[in-house]
Amino acid sequence: MIAGAIVLLIVVFLVMEALPALRHVGIARFFTDPSWHPAEGLYDLTPMLWGTLFAMVGSVLIATPLGILSAVFCRYYAPPAVARTYRKLIELLAGIPSVVYGFWGLVVLVPLIGAIHPPGPSLLAGVAILTIMILPTIALMADSSLTNVPQQYVRGAAALGLSRWATIRGVVFPAAKSGLFTGVILETGRAIGETMAILMVCGNVVQTPHSLFDPIRTLTANIALEMAYAVGDHRAALFVSGLVLMAMIAALVGAADWISRGRIYG
Amino acid sequence: MNKCNVLVMLTKYVAPVALSMAGFLCAPASAGAQKATEDQLAGKLVITGASTLAPLIAEIGKRFESLYPGVRIDVQSGGSSRGVADARQGLADIGMVSRAMKEDERDLSAFPVARDGVCPILHRENPVQALTDEQVVAIYTGKITNWKAVGGTDAPITVVNKADGRSTLEVFLHYFKLKNVDVKAQVVIGDNKQGVKTVAGNRNAIGYVSIGTAEYDAAHGVPIKLLPIGGVAASTESVQKGIFPLSRSLHLVTRSAPSGLAKAFIEYTQSKAVHDLIKQQYFVPLAD
Repeated sequence: MIAGAIVLLIVVFLVMEALPALRHVGIARFFTDPSWHPAEGLYDLTPMLWGTLFAMVGSVLIATPLGILSAVFCRYYAPPAVARTYRKLIELLAGIPSVVYGFWGLVVLVPLIGAIHPPGPSLLAGVAILTIMILPTIALMADSSLTNVPQQYVRGAAALGLSRWATIRGVVFPAAKSGLFTGVILETGRAIGETMAILMVCGNVVQTPHSLFDPIRTLTANIALEMAYAVGDHRAALFVSGLVLMAMIAALVGAADWISRGRIYG
Repeated sequence: MNKCNVLVMLTKYVAPVALSMAGFLCAPASAGAQKATEDQLAGKLVITGASTLAPLIAEIGKRFESLYPGVRIDVQSGGSSRGVADARQGLADIGMVSRAMKEDERDLSAFPVARDGVCPILHRENPVQALTDEQVVAIYTGKITNWKAVGGTDAPITVVNKADGRSTLEVFLHYFKLKNVDVKAQVVIGDNKQGVKTVAGNRNAIGYVSIGTAEYDAAHGVPIKLLPIGGVAASTESVQKGIFPLSRSLHLVTRSAPSGLAKAFIEYTQSKAVHDLIKQQYFVPLAD
């Protein structure tokens, strides 16, 4: 109840703060202006929307199979001692603050990418950092949902003479589907919301990326970068970025709800 | 279960650290409080204006409040023009203005409190020693994209720009007569420290930051170098003397000659007692 009320309050607050910009600038201009230069009255959010989407999709596409496979390895292939150590390591990975990832990315990853294809800070760096950051989320979720698959299923499959991989593919995955799906939703949410690490490695140039090596700015980074000194319509425009982010998350949750209703629990 | 463990660890180890940090932060304030004089001031000061100055004035205000417990200082940012307008209309006791005073603002009393300088920085291993103003403009507008064109190695230039709304960006654009729309940057950063880290990590980068930050970091082993502008070496000294072109003074303004509390606060802001706070915010204290 309280959590619900807080979410509503935040949305109301966002709308109220964004209202001056929506009134002065109009919703359409946030998507049709030639560029994002709030000091000169240009408020185009689309490049940042694309930046957020590309970084999110890229990292989720890489992290999901890796995370699920890591859970499968941990649960069904690794010897118990290795599995335990491995799981602890993943948990540790989940606990590292994002600014540490960002710092590591800035001093190690960005110069590395810069050596291959300058300038370095790029969509690729963002995707790589995000992948590492969301990997533990999906790996741990997948691990716990694999643990929850009833032992009888696995034994039954073994009794039928199925190989280990066939058991995993044909029995375990379908049984653990809803947990895996929840993991994907959680990691996607984290990928959209991540700010600090992205801010440090992505270059933050407002443009729609044409290649993996182009710098991008995400909506979250935009708010963090400019909030401290924004005034007037500029400030309100940042709240509009916040609203757009909220809308993206809402769409994600809605889509998840819709998919899960139809295919997983039904 | 594992999450619980993490929580327990967090409360066990993080809390004492936070507490000791809080104690550390409080220490200078209590030291200052001992110096409080007998003539107690009381009342409330409203100060509005430049967002550049707001953090500094807020810090000075805190120290002033600890000296005179009866005083409340309310600092709000909103741009230099708001500072001028509020001071004129009496909405604020003091306005903050982060630029030189204009001709039509002569009706206000202005008091410089500090100077702010900006200089271009390069990686220390970049062979380029100086750039003319035209070269800087050409680099920032994307007309020169290789260091070879300005006497460096054959490598593409990584242009580091600041995010909209930052005061260093304003100073930079104003001096080079650029518009932010025309700047073709490869990296956009937020604060000065991030700028220094970005340039230190990329030997083909050019950026610009507050001189205070750059000088401190360069002196402490960060591989960057400060470029002169118009033949004047970039240093806090040249900013202090007012000869560095890429700098500006920061002002407090009042409607009429200040008295009482406002006068005391402005005098305190101009005194040596706050030079450490001014340096902390990477500004340059005025020469004595």
